[in-house]
Amino acid sequence: MADALIMVQWEKLLEATRETIYMTSISVFATFVLGLLLGLLLFLTAEGNIWANRTVNVIIGSFVNIFRSIPFIILIILLIPFTRFLLDTILGANAALPALIIGAAPFYARMVEIALREIDKGVIEASQSMGATHGHLIFKVLIPESLPALISGITVTAISLVGFTAMAGVIGAGGLGHFAYLEGFQRNRPTVTLVATVAILILVFIIQFIGDYFTKKTDKR
Amino acid sequence: MISIKDVQKVFPSKQGQLKAVDDVNLEIKEGEIFGVIGYSGAGKSTLIRMLNGLELPTAGSVTVAGRVISKIRGSELRKARQEISMIFQHFNLLWSRTVSDNIAFPLEIAGVKGPQRKKKVAELVKLVGLEGRENAYPSQLSGGQKQRVGIARALANNPKVLLCDEATSALDPQTTDSILELLVDINKRLGLTIVLITHEMHVIRKICHQVAVMESGKVVELGSVLDVFKHPQQPITKRFVQQVTEPEETKETIEHLIELYPRGKVVQLSFVGESAEQPLITNIIRNFDIIINILQGKISHTQSGSYGTLFIHMDGEANEIQKAVDYIHSQQVGVEVISNG
Repeated sequence: MADALIMVQWEKLLEATRETIYMTSISVFATFVLGLLLGLLLFLTAEGNIWANRTVNVIIGSFVNIFRSIPFIILIILLIPFTRFLLDTILGANAALPALIIGAAPFYARMVEIALREIDKGVIEASQSMGATHGHLIFKVLIPESLPALISGITVTAISLVGFTAMAGVIGAGGLGHFAYLEGFQRNRPTVTLVATVAILILVFIIQFIGDYFTKKTDKR
Repeated sequence: MISIKDVQKVFPSKQGQLKAVDDVNLEIKEGEIFGVIGYSGAGKSTLIRMLNGLELPTAGSVTVAGRVISKIRGSELRKARQEISMIFQHFNLLWSRTVSDNIAFPLEIAGVKGPQRKKKVAELVKLVGLEGRENAYPSQLSGGQKQRVGIARALANNPKVLLCDEATSALDPQTTDSILELLVDINKRLGLTIVLITHEMHVIRKICHQVAVMESGKVVELGSVLDVFKHPQQPITKRFVQQVTEPEETKETIEHLIELYPRGKVVQLSFVGESAEQPLITNIIRNFDIIINILQGKISHTQSGSYGTLFIHMDGEANEIQKAVDYIHSQQVGVEVISNG
């Protein structure tokens, strides 16, 4: 076992972890913003809400459903021309970002929509009875009142994104997935694969811990 | 202050059109506490929601404090709503905000700045008696305290009208009374016009000046609370009045009493206003040669006078009893012979 561990190139592992953290954090941030926007639009354009509009609702709904249904590994391949057009390359951590964000944002958008639907209709009505504008309604009522669900949703999404980065790694994005595949599997060093797995697990646990902490802290119900 | 003219509200439904509010006309004066009573589905909820534009009438017009609510839109409607606030059966507080922040919410909407907002919130917390609970979250409050926050929040922008949507229906009787007292206090102190809807006659009796009875979308009876208690016209009104004047078990009790007193007469007296405060029974005993047995009685106070019922048993010569009954009539007291022995 000791011999096997010596074979692990720790510097490469560290580099790979850094890449995974980089890809995850940027894509989580972008997914949060984009998913929140799409989720709000989905909620607000639904029947009976302030921007009720069937056409817009159906268009956004279909977009979200389509991109949520495509398996991630296929989405990466489908997006190769788009990525190349955007970044002039399909290799490296940055090249994984478009696929990560487009894969995760629709998933998060649905979670946002569900969180918003959980808000008591009476509270929305009360705000309207006070003369709240749409801006007040979104930023002072909808988002704060659904915050715990929004946070636990982004936690789940972030953990999925760690998994997605590993898949992106296999086609050359770098990170722990790439490391496990190339250094572990291809060179027949199972210990390396195991160490990479442990690193990913630690990352996931940390994300879960942070998410749970903030969900609990914001939930005053 | 509020004028509702020929208002109709029709909801499309699968079984055709549903008339929730059907040709309603009401005038509500400034400073009045106006109650609308009806069973669920009578259309009272829809009616009160038209007063702040949460629902728009299908036909007719709604004018509140000089603004035609049924016509205005957008920013003008939002401005108007700051003067017509509302409290709710389920309080509808923001659980993510503390008591202070909930009360500050309408001030934020109205664009009141920091220090001024703080001062106003402190005033309101004091007005509704929630000192010491400023930093509590709604989940840490009792129902009555939550409704107090609701009331403070509703008063934040110095409204002219307060709409109460079944504001006490989710509270226990004791808390209901304390919230009703607070509403009367606010009405007197701030001269606020209050419109409330309820299905409890107790609420109407306790705080309202005027009452409208609604049944299947129509106002079937309208008048001062005391008049309606005195001479309820419609069967539905009579049933509501009975809620307050006759407790559930009265009918059984009376039947039992009639069995107990086979001789003489069992009579129900109804007192209204000043007549409730006269020594009627003493006068009867002194002036007529009959025996009087008091069986059961109850006096209720309304905002404009007292109202009561009393069941008595009279025994003696038939014509002497008749004279006594005539005397009671002459004293402006309602009298109804329930059994003749």
